[in-house]
Amino acid sequence: MSIETLWFAIIAFMFIGYAVLDGFDFGVGALYLFVARTDEERRLVMKAIGPVWKGNEVWLVSGGGLLFLAFPKAFSAAFSGFYLALTLVLWCLIMRGLAIGLRSHLENVLWRTFWDAIFGVTGVLLAFVFGVALGNLVRGVPLGPDGYFFAAFWTTFLPDASPGILDWFTVLMGMLSVAMLTVHGANYLLMKTSGTVSDRARRFAGIGGWVVLVLGIAATASLPFIQPVLWESYAAHPFGAALPVIAAGLLVTAWFGRRAQRDGLVFVSWSLFMLIGLASLAWGLFPHLLIATGDPSYSLTVFTSAASSYGLQISLVWFSAGMTMVIAYTGWVYARFWGKVEQLALEEYS
Amino acid sequence: MEPVTTNSALFYDRLQFAVTATFHYLFPQLTMGLAALILYLKSRAYWCRDTHHEEAAHFWTKIFALSFAFGVVTGIPLEFQFGMNWAKFSRFAGGVIGQTLAMEGLFAFFLESTFLGILLYGRKMFSPFVLWLTTLMLFVGSWLSGYFIIATNAWMQHPVAYVVDPDGSVHVTSLWGLLTNPWIVWQYAHTMTAAVVTGSFVMAAVGAYYLLSGIHYEAATTFLRTGVVAGAIATSLMLFPTGHHAALQVFEHQPVKGAAFEGHFYTEAGADLVLMGQPNMDTLTIDNPLVLPKMLSFIIHKHFGAEIKGLTDFPRAEWPDTMPLLYYTYHVMVGLGTIFIPVMVTALVWMLRGRLFQARWLLWTLMLMAPFPYIATTAGWLTAELGRQPWLVYGLFRTAEGNSPLVGSGNVLFTLMGYLGLYLLLGLLFLFLFFEIVSRGPAVTGGLRSSSEPTG
Ligand code: HDD
Ligand code: HEM
Ligand code: HEM
Repeated sequence: MSIETLWFAIIAFMFIGYAVLDGFDFGVGALYLFVARTDEERRLVMKAIGPVWKGNEVWLVSGGGLLFLAFPKAFSAAFSGFYLALTLVLWCLIMRGLAIGLRSHLENVLWRTFWDAIFGVTGVLLAFVFGVALGNLVRGVPLGPDGYFFAAFWTTFLPDASPGILDWFTVLMGMLSVAMLTVHGANYLLMKTSGTVSDRARRFAGIGGWVVLVLGIAATASLPFIQPVLWESYAAHPFGAALPVIAAGLLVTAWFGRRAQRDGLVFVSWSLFMLIGLASLAWGLFPHLLIATGDPSYSLTVFTSAASSYGLQISLVWFSAGMTMVIAYTGWVYARFWGKVEQLALEEYS
Repeated sequence: MEPVTTNSALFYDRLQFAVTATFHYLFPQLTMGLAALILYLKSRAYWCRDTHHEEAAHFWTKIFALSFAFGVVTGIPLEFQFGMNWAKFSRFAGGVIGQTLAMEGLFAFFLESTFLGILLYGRKMFSPFVLWLTTLMLFVGSWLSGYFIIATNAWMQHPVAYVVDPDGSVHVTSLWGLLTNPWIVWQYAHTMTAAVVTGSFVMAAVGAYYLLSGIHYEAATTFLRTGVVAGAIATSLMLFPTGHHAALQVFEHQPVKGAAFEGHFYTEAGADLVLMGQPNMDTLTIDNPLVLPKMLSFIIHKHFGAEIKGLTDFPRAEWPDTMPLLYYTYHVMVGLGTIFIPVMVTALVWMLRGRLFQARWLLWTLMLMAPFPYIATTAGWLTAELGRQPWLVYGLFRTAEGNSPLVGSGNVLFTLMGYLGLYLLLGLLFLFLFFEIVSRGPAVTGGLRSSSEPTG
């Protein structure tokens, strides 16, 4: 395996890790206004994500940094090309961070309601935009010969040669993402809470599962029309087909877990389902980082946009050391905060 | 080369970076400064079993967390902006500064963010030792954060350990060389000391406010003692050795910048140090000057007759394009730095003589001084960054070649205005919450409520 391939895997790991971890924070946000009605319930939900959401967000920051390090060309093309969408992401991240941090600071009802609404709206928006972003990576972007592009919010809503950020396929992906993460958030709440909040979350998880199924089938069915590259790479490396099969198996596990009301099992298998599902997309896109909708030679692959091999090698060394530490203490913190929120002696920070 | 006019994308890109970076840095300087001071308070509390210091540490942790929250949300746009607004620069320099930026995420941000969760939510769940360790980790995390970002900036000021590829981009040749860039030493020392200055002025100011208002006497004296001792040490270190050496390395490696911020137009032996006056860009002189004769030569070369190169020795295209502003920001920083030392040293002397807590005029001074370290620090960064112009990477890559080719001026103007509006709100919000925490006071541990207590 070449070092560029390894770095592709690392960066995919970081962003998928981000999707799975911060994903449940978005999902909790999307459900927040509906499953938690009283202030008491809302403080409970906030405490469920309070100690961990900040660390989850760092997966994005670090993933961005690693992309910058390993594939500077792809980083600069993607970030400048999605200028408008990323600005939206940034402003949502700012508001969400403040909402979680500040809502309980004052006892004023209006203050809390305001931040509650922000937390809910940004959760949905972020889940949607990240789904759209994934849709754009799959569909391809209008890269020019100099390796840059600029995507308008929308053009014709068709995934043609000069698409916008939003077209029917990316919108579909966005909606799928909202549905998936909502279920993910519901699973998390089921595991972390009991009582009314978790009863309501269970209903949403049930309905959400069906929505995911419908949207997921639609999205999967449109993939061959949207991006032939996927099938070429699966044809070239057929053993990769194990990934979607495992993902489907995990979905079944989650379904059985749900019927048996084994909330821990559901959460874990749904997380792994998202992880493996996203990994199977990454598998299909490899070695592409950004696929050009026009001339295929404009596409940016790991081989055409990598930094120097010394840089990639040396950073592999510190990345391994650093990531081991991160996983160790993150795992420790998750373990210490494990269990139903009601039973933990959590202090509420305000 | 695209000329910089007030409707070019480049102009808005630069303005947006300046606005967002300056705003971001208002928060980490307090966070990093307080991290050190809280570690001290917490260590006293833990190792000497002193509940008084425990309470003080607890109060400042709330301010720390507030500042941290704002620091984090304003930091993410900065990192993204490298790609969003400075795509050509990122493509050029990613092979080098990507290293330090990614290391910051992996070694510092994860650490800070994870351990802050413990400190905020886990006071009843973790042993005092773990909580002390958490404070230590927050200190290490935030100071590492500062280190990696300074390493990044130091490389842009003074590039080392790189090769230029045939395609024009740069790549790191030695990670060790990048992390031990000689420029880092004084820049890091100066910046981190500045963070301690901010932290100690704010801490002392809150103490002074409580004493003047006649409330929270116990806590106020702890705040004042800690703030004044740390402040007296840190403000002195700002001038010497750290500020002095920062200036020396500028004159050695970036002579145009040095000449520009000193307002030194003509090469001469025995150059004067301009204390005040307005640079006149038409006549290339200082209007209404107030100078210390031959002092500049002495400071830089330890010799009154030494020659210092003036701006006119360099082609005008190499001058920082914001020259008068650069001159003012530098003089504001140094001027404030020179005022800080006597203020803090006087407070220290009064404290040692046991009269500080009664000296109302001194308490008033300390209370009103709190905003000025922010001004000094901002001015300092403007000096470093405006002075780096017209280069993005000094001597290697021009600012005018670094911005994103396809992001039009309209889009950047739009986001710039968005940031201005958003940050105005954020700033007001921060101040409001800061004063809210201060007015709740340290004794009322009400800031942290246990889940069983009813609330609003
Ligand atoms: C409390 C804040 C504060 C105070 C009182 C001072 N500084 Fe400062 N200064 C900074 C905060 C700062 C800073 C924000 O930390 C900077 C910006 C970039 C950097 O590395 O440090 C800086 C930069 C900076 C630079 C520019 C370095 C460069 O261009 O790369 C010089 C020459 C000095 N300082 C010199 C001084 C001197 C001679 C001072 C005399 C008292 C002084 N500073 C006080
Ligand atoms: C937090 C303190 C900082 C402040 C207040 C600050 C301030 C500024 C200002 C005023 C400019 C605009 C200069 C001009 O266009 O004339 C600028 C530009 C820039 N700075 Fe900084 N800066 C800070 C830290 C950093 C650091 C640590 C880095 C590197 C990691 C950095 C990278 C840049 C870049 C890439 C630009 C844009 C290009 C340019 O105009 O030079 N800045 N900054
Ligand atoms: C212009 C370049 C800069 C960039 C790209 C940048 C990037 C960031 C990012 C992405 C975060 C959020 C991290 C998270 O999610 O946890 C952050 C926070 C932070 N930054 Fe910056 N930053 C810059 C300037 C600086 C400077 C100059 C310093 C200090 C010398 C600094 C110190 C910190 C610290 C200590 C934090 C933690 C939050 C806090 O303490 O407020 N940053 N920065």
